[in-house]
Amino acid sequence: MSSRTIAGPARGWEYVIGLEVHTELRTATKLFCGCPNAFGEEPNTSICPVCLGLPGSLPVMNAQAVDFAIRVGLALNATIQRSQFHRKNYFYPDMPKDFQISQYDVPINANGHLELPSGAVIGIERAHLEEDTGKLVHRGGGGRIESAEYSLIDYNRSGVPLLEIVSAPDIRDPEEAKEYVAELRSILVAVGASDGRMEEGSLRVDANVSVRPVGETQMRTRVEIKNLNSLRSLTRALEFEGRRQVQLYEDGEAMLQQTRFWDEARAVTGALRLKEEANDYRYFPEPDLPPVAPDPLVIEARRSELPEFLSTRRAQLADVLPELSRDLRETVITDECWPYLRAALDANITPHRAVARCANELVALLDEIGALSPSRFVEVLALEDEGKLGASQVKVLLREACLDPLAIPELVAKLGFTASDADAVKAMVAEVVASCTQEWSRYLAGDEKVAGFLLGQVMRRYGRQISGSDARQALTRLAEEARAESS
Amino acid sequence: MTYRIDQADVAHIAKLARLSLSDDEIDSYQNSLSRILEVIDVMNSEDLSGFAPMDHPLETVNLLREDLVVPGLDRAEVLEAAPSAEDNYFRVPRILGSS
Amino acid sequence: MNDEILDWGIRELQRRLESAEVSAVEVLEAYQEQIAIQEPEVDAFLSLDLEAARRRASYQDERRARGERLGRLAGVPVVLKDNLCTINFPTTAASKILDGWVPPYNATVVDRLDEEDAIVLGKTNLDEFAMGSSTENSAFKITRNPHDLDRVPGGSSGGSAAAVASRMALAGLGSDTGGSIRQPAALTGIVGLKPTYGRVSRYGLLAFASSLDQIGPLAASVEDTALVAECIMGHDPRDATSLQEAPPQLLGSLSQGVQGIRIGVVTNLIEAANPEVQAGVEAAIQALARAGAIVEEVALKELAYGLAAYYVVAPAEASSNLARYDGVRYGLREPGVTVEEMMIATRTKGFGPEVKRRIMLGTYALSAGYYDAFYVTAQRVRTFVREAFARAYVSFDLLIAPTSPTTAFRIGERSNDPVEMYRSDVCTIPSNLSGDPAISVPAGVDADGLPIGVQLLGPALSEQVLFRAAFVIEEGLH
Ligand SMILES: [Mg+2]
Ligand SMILES: [Zn+2]
Repeated sequence: MSSRTIAGPARGWEYVIGLEVHTELRTATKLFCGCPNAFGEEPNTSICPVCLGLPGSLPVMNAQAVDFAIRVGLALNATIQRSQFHRKNYFYPDMPKDFQISQYDVPINANGHLELPSGAVIGIERAHLEEDTGKLVHRGGGGRIESAEYSLIDYNRSGVPLLEIVSAPDIRDPEEAKEYVAELRSILVAVGASDGRMEEGSLRVDANVSVRPVGETQMRTRVEIKNLNSLRSLTRALEFEGRRQVQLYEDGEAMLQQTRFWDEARAVTGALRLKEEANDYRYFPEPDLPPVAPDPLVIEARRSELPEFLSTRRAQLADVLPELSRDLRETVITDECWPYLRAALDANITPHRAVARCANELVALLDEIGALSPSRFVEVLALEDEGKLGASQVKVLLREACLDPLAIPELVAKLGFTASDADAVKAMVAEVVASCTQEWSRYLAGDEKVAGFLLGQVMRRYGRQISGSDARQALTRLAEEARAESS
Repeated sequence: MTYRIDQADVAHIAKLARLSLSDDEIDSYQNSLSRILEVIDVMNSEDLSGFAPMDHPLETVNLLREDLVVPGLDRAEVLEAAPSAEDNYFRVPRILGSS
Repeated sequence: MNDEILDWGIRELQRRLESAEVSAVEVLEAYQEQIAIQEPEVDAFLSLDLEAARRRASYQDERRARGERLGRLAGVPVVLKDNLCTINFPTTAASKILDGWVPPYNATVVDRLDEEDAIVLGKTNLDEFAMGSSTENSAFKITRNPHDLDRVPGGSSGGSAAAVASRMALAGLGSDTGGSIRQPAALTGIVGLKPTYGRVSRYGLLAFASSLDQIGPLAASVEDTALVAECIMGHDPRDATSLQEAPPQLLGSLSQGVQGIRIGVVTNLIEAANPEVQAGVEAAIQALARAGAIVEEVALKELAYGLAAYYVVAPAEASSNLARYDGVRYGLREPGVTVEEMMIATRTKGFGPEVKRRIMLGTYALSAGYYDAFYVTAQRVRTFVREAFARAYVSFDLLIAPTSPTTAFRIGERSNDPVEMYRSDVCTIPSNLSGDPAISVPAGVDADGLPIGVQLLGPALSEQVLFRAAFVIEEGLH
């Protein structure tokens, strides 16, 4: 079912992209201490000796963070393994211990993969646990780090659990990168590990990107773009960076391995002017934390509790509607829509019709869905399938079924939807036009303006028994038949 | 194999460790660190390849805590003890640029 | 009366307090007087709050008068090495970088002493961040050995050892990363225990080398050491490396003797010591043999590699543990135009030369290109040492060796030669690398009247047997 289309940065070039997604885990407390893991609190109100790195404090691992990591690992088809924490040593004022407790050579999750809506399969090299840093606020110079007079630090975020999910360099264009993040996000939300709020920084993306001529298999020098915190920034930054790199190669200039940032306002990437010595993080095993070795029984229990993922729904839809367009499919497999569609398919509603009603009507009604349960939805669609109601009646009925909890048959009666199927409506319209011969002749002769009059007569006579659009369809069909006969 | 540490090494590791050393200090640390490295070199007189690295005396795993909130520290008290604070934040000199 | 009070051990003191023969305030006054006499000479304390101690003693007297049952250390004057966090005292680690810092929390051991109603007099001197073997590396003062004021008390827990040895406190807490409790105990003629790794919570101990550090007690007698050990041991949920074991019953089994206990005499460590120290160890061995222990010689040449491994592992961990002293959140800050300049200025001014040396050594050992050659090799040595111990413990219940190769050396004698200083720890380091317990017990004095220490080593969690043997030596050499 692959519908992967790849757009290179320029003719004859392709992207090689790997993403590092940092997701904040939705635990009640931080990774190594009992401070609340909360967003948007007053600065420095969620702090203790541990997350402030006070002398003598020690980290103790949050069991819930490990549990979330296992669930995500399973969802990403990864191997869950005994893992060790390491210290990543470097000085930075938002990091209270001047080292980060992270995982290095033995992450808790390794070697997974994620299937995208396009059918592309992206490798997941690892998904490891680590602690977040505090937040810097820059004062003076427009609040930007490079021009600030001084900086302020809030350690509320310090020690918040992160899961860093590192993809293989399998992503081949910016759209695919976006799709990967969106798909990953839906999985993180589905297992309860993340609230998925990119705008609040719950999901932060770093991209490793290089370009190469199509056909080349070696990786070229890569650039890391930090902190792409919306899907829009991600694709725009990748597109810019791809063009920049191709330009450099074509101009015969040197490609530097560097870290760059995305300037949203100017829509360019820029080199981070941190005067960083060559990174030497001096990783070594964290002596304060024993290894985490998930119990195989717990892993199996978590596996059995996994929610249904989008990839599963796609596969189910592919079985009944192999030709379904990707747009339609992605619209109807959302968490909001899917229970209705699944119920309809289970009740043997015509699959095309079920998908159409979900994608067209249901999606528009989601905000006011109220009394419309999946079973009521199926009941309505069945009436249509059986030819008892016309399409436009179904649309009215679905809206009504959201607002009014009355049983469906009673709702049908209340709406006065007695006539229903196309033939019945045609008969009614035929009866009306038979009494308006003059207008009917003009209509047949091509005077479209007279259609309004004819439909007005139909509606006056039959009121809400039939819908205007059904009546219009019937009128069109009657005219076609009449013209066919006379020719 | 004996590792020799030269003045450039000393300067490099001082930089990594955020220490500044005078030329005399670099000299003296080069001296003492070289002597210590000779002592450390004793490790290499034995073939240790058959001994797995042991990074910790404990063999336990999974010492985890429950995800329960525990009261933390009072902000005013903590900021009071800080070298510099402003508006309920810790304050530091600017991050980029040079003097 | 005062001198008599100072002679009492903890249990004796408890009996006298319970029978109202003496009050906690009177006990405190006796120690206060002793401190007034001794401290100007010994310089053991970095901070001292006798007023607070007196209030606490007086409150205990009131509670006792009301018939309340007090803790196992009620009225006992104790001192804390100044690398243990205390709400009521500054905690400096003898470093300028923390000068004036008062922690907002207590170390777990401090809370435990508090629950047992111990009376903390003050915080004692140490080598800066516990890096040293003489207490000469303190940024604030040099502590002197009460047996000879021209000599060092050993280190790094030299302040606690000197305070107990000069009878300014009944017991003290220290920390032992490569011998820092046992060696000063030996050099000042008292008892010092390094417990099994994980027996005592490290929460609130300013970390030097996290995989080696253990907090332990120092006291004048085996019995007092055992009692304090019992009070501070046990699981702490705030330290993920703390063992789930309940504290062992040490006092109750103290006098069970060593009949049939197999003791290995570690010949190669004994050969490393000077002849007078060897004679002291020999006397202790005789005492054990007289009490029915089965004594045999054993050579553990692997232990000789411990020193080299220690001087990789400990500095490596220290280089990371001490990164947080950067001037941002607490302690010293020196001015700088940028954060980086501020951090460099602060650390350069705040750390002393030995701390800088070890930070640089550890940074080097972990840095790109050297990690395998240094850090990983040192880790292999740990296994090498641990397996040697494991083989020995098939044949022996305990091992015996000197604590320190020499008795107390003169102030300044080794301070210009780090390597010579490091060799002071050759007998104590192996137990830190393996995580096993060891205890130092006095074993007579040399020709200059300087104390000799003998060390008993055992497998993990063998504290009970260690104390029984230590008690036999104490009794036998009396
Ligand atoms: Mg990371
Ligand atoms: Zn905290």
